[in-house]
Amino acid sequence: MSNLKYDVIVVGAGPAGLAAATVLAKAGVKVIVIERGRFAGSKNVMGGVFYSDCMKGIIDDFPGKAPVERHIIDQRIWLLDNNSFVGFNHKNELFNKKPYNCHTVFRAKFDNWFAKQAADAGALIITRTLAKEAIIENNRIVGITTGRPDGDIKADCVIIADGVNSLLAKSLGFRKEIKRESVALAVKEVIGLDEKIINDRFNVKSGEGVTIEVTGSFFNGEAMAFIYTNKKSISLGVGMVVEDLVKNKINPNDLLESFKAHPSVAPLINGGETKEYLAHLIPEGGYKEMPKLIGNGVMVVGDAAMMVDAIHREGSNLAVTSGKLAAETYIEAAKAGDFSKKSLSLYEEKLKESFVMKDLKKYKGVPALLQHNKRLLQQYPKILNNAAFEILNVNGVSKHDKEKLLWKNMKQQIGVSNLIRDLFKLWRNVG
Amino acid sequence: MHALVFIKQVPDASQVRVNYETGTLIREGVPAILNPFEVHAVEEAVKIRQKFGGKVTILTMGPPQAADALKECLSRGADKGYLLSDRIFAGSDTLATSYALYEGAKKIIELEGEVDFFFAGKQAIDGDTAQTGPGIATRFNVPLVTYLIKLDEINLEEKYVIATRLTEFGQETLKVPIPVFFTVEESLNTLSHSPLPWLIKAAQSKIEILSGENVDLDKNQCGLKNSPTIVKKAFTPEKKQRGATLTGTFDEVVNQAAEKVAPFLNDAL
Repeated sequence: MSNLKYDVIVVGAGPAGLAAATVLAKAGVKVIVIERGRFAGSKNVMGGVFYSDCMKGIIDDFPGKAPVERHIIDQRIWLLDNNSFVGFNHKNELFNKKPYNCHTVFRAKFDNWFAKQAADAGALIITRTLAKEAIIENNRIVGITTGRPDGDIKADCVIIADGVNSLLAKSLGFRKEIKRESVALAVKEVIGLDEKIINDRFNVKSGEGVTIEVTGSFFNGEAMAFIYTNKKSISLGVGMVVEDLVKNKINPNDLLESFKAHPSVAPLINGGETKEYLAHLIPEGGYKEMPKLIGNGVMVVGDAAMMVDAIHREGSNLAVTSGKLAAETYIEAAKAGDFSKKSLSLYEEKLKESFVMKDLKKYKGVPALLQHNKRLLQQYPKILNNAAFEILNVNGVSKHDKEKLLWKNMKQQIGVSNLIRDLFKLWRNVG
Repeated sequence: MHALVFIKQVPDASQVRVNYETGTLIREGVPAILNPFEVHAVEEAVKIRQKFGGKVTILTMGPPQAADALKECLSRGADKGYLLSDRIFAGSDTLATSYALYEGAKKIIELEGEVDFFFAGKQAIDGDTAQTGPGIATRFNVPLVTYLIKLDEINLEEKYVIATRLTEFGQETLKVPIPVFFTVEESLNTLSHSPLPWLIKAAQSKIEILSGENVDLDKNQCGLKNSPTIVKKAFTPEKKQRGATLTGTFDEVVNQAAEKVAPFLNDAL
């Protein structure tokens, strides 16, 4: 029987867990982080955009020496059809001012750096170790077991930050097996290219970056894709809800290959060499699928708590913020020495006051809306692409006749009542 | 008992790819790991310590990041890690490396006491030379047992070991006096699951850095300038196509083979 005892055990060295650990360690709390990967970040993947604001109060002068790639100054959205896209973009010199709004990052490097910051602050980071189960005494979580000999650890409080598949949240009954329609599988490739080529192709200077979010009829309205610029590479990927992958028998690799071959995408990556291939699950169930967040001696943060705002491609910043709030809650609770569910409910309150819960709540209908109204990202983008072509293609037909034709097509393909219904649903869920 | 294990941090070979045009390895973005053979060397040294008491010291030469590999050794049960790190070692080949590690090891003997067992992996997976370990052993003028697969007996009182090594033709069992230098195969042992307290101790421990200043060095034997190895050419072996498999009865197979081979013979004759 081991007698390892800490104030707090953080399970998982991703952004949520490391944010919690750093804040706790800086406050002098004895904290241990248990990570199953060979190093922090070794198993962690995301598309690649990390927002800076959430690091306030955790890391001074972020990004400082953090391993970031390019700060994003130009954000584009493409509604992709088979041979075309209709796009929107916003490029702004204000995004060229420090502290930068967001950067592209490689999580293997970034999380490893973040773990070093947590360790420097005094947190103990233990890798290659799986947190298996919670130790429960008198209806209270008092520690965890690991797969190792002498591997039991006791603590006042456990912060569960073990990601989308959260073994611990499941084993505690905080949540059920994740539903297939609430989780997306994203695959991504990192394609190496010269820095200068990337600058030229994306019309930016070194250090400046571009993100392109892509959806539309090209993917039958069922997938989201992205193209992000790194220093000397492009991250490009596509994600699709697992239920749709299974139902349509789609191999995500094929989807990614067809995306890479699209005439609007291929020239951007032409001549590049694939350096890495990655895949990960994204919890996209949103507010409605969130698990229980607190119990006696336990709090759940980050992906383990389904904190992803899919339509704004935000996740890591929600994770970091939730980790910070959980840490602050512990520090408050420690003053009274009370780590009961009631005492830790402060964490839920703090979340509700923060953008995390406000955003998740605001967009709670979006996952179901998109899941059950494929037309939104399928037919409309197609109509839009056709319309753009018709308007811009000069062929002797008057603009008036073109508009009439377009409207007629819209009525035929969607129908006026559906149009009104869709607009109303969109306004209710997104507006 | 004092065991000194020489380790190397290497690129994770399972993630290294070859650029077929230039014949070089693409190491960019590839995480560094502890050379797999040396994982087993550490395991064996720790096993000996658990049986006889004493301590296990680790030495590596490399950039500051190599401290991560040392920490992994500590998490696997070693007692102390030393990192020999200095710019003057940059570009060392196996001759210069074995010299630097020899001098570093002499310093460790000064600090930590005489060594009974020297360990290293049979080779590093990034170079496959299998020269550095034997190079150090030769400089120390101690018996060298390469390709160790079994330690049959250890007698610390009478100062000998009985060890089995792999040869090209089979196995060889030797009685060797202590101190002795082993380079080890992966089959030497199966890795055990380290207890959690070892990992915690490793995470809290400090790696001792030895610079060129701390060690008594002849600078004319260090670094790229004093490395006589020349890489004349690097190339990737051509991928051989798998031979065709013929199936059927003996007669059928013979007929098929004859038909396939005949055109070549016709051309040749």
